Amino acid sequence: MEYEITKDGSYTVIQLKGDVDLFNSPHSRQVILTCIEGKNNVLVDLAGVDYIDSSGVASLVEGYQIAKRNQTGFALVKVSDAALYVLQLANLDKVFPIYSSLEDAMKSGV
Amino acid sequence: MPNEILLKHWFPARPELMKQVRTLVQEAADKTGCPEQAVQGMVLAVHEAIANIIEHAYKGDPAGEISLKMQKNGSRLEFQLTDFASPADVSAIKPRALEDIKPGGLGTHFINISMDEVTYSQLPDGKGNLLVMIKNI
Repeated sequence: MEYEITKDGSYTVIQLKGDVDLFNSPHSRQVILTCIEGKNNVLVDLAGVDYIDSSGVASLVEGYQIAKRNQTGFALVKVSDAALYVLQLANLDKVFPIYSSLEDAMKSGV
Repeated sequence: MPNEILLKHWFPARPELMKQVRTLVQEAADKTGCPEQAVQGMVLAVHEAIANIIEHAYKGDPAGEISLKMQKNGSRLEFQLTDFASPADVSAIKPRALEDIKPGGLGTHFINISMDEVTYSQLPDGKGNLLVMIKNI
């Protein structure tokens, strides 16, 4: 798994790439939680995710719940087909705010 | 009709090897001509079952070993996963309710939703555990 973090005003964008599975998800969890501590709104870009499992999904759910408690924004953007398939199996596509672009997420006021 | 063995693989219970196992299962499942989404589900189910063995049966011990056998009998694809850890409490293996949104607890749900039959049992003399998953194709 690779990741890249960029900042755009009040937004922190985390681009996750590759496989987010049991081997890599402790790292993705740490990246997500560290970005949330920064108090910025967090957008997780999943366009480059080839595979995600329940442990990777758990890191997203944890990030979402902590951001909600902190009253900061948290959304998924550009979700790859592979990631969307797994989110749909858990009905989480109806729980996470999901946007097709960073611009849409920012315009909506995440 | 005799069983057709599609895959036999014995590997250490280490997370870094899971991608390789996913590839092997995907290649074997692709050869059966199953629809892409069914293959995706089978790969996910096998992956999650292995993750459960690594995390819960072996508790992260990299010395643990796992045996995977995949075979086809007519329209039934059978996946057998064997571990040699302490016997698991089968009654405790259940998914969380989907409406109870919290991190974790989805692996068993992914297995159940992707497969048609799922059976957990213990090996004789407490020598480990056997998970059999069936997908009708």
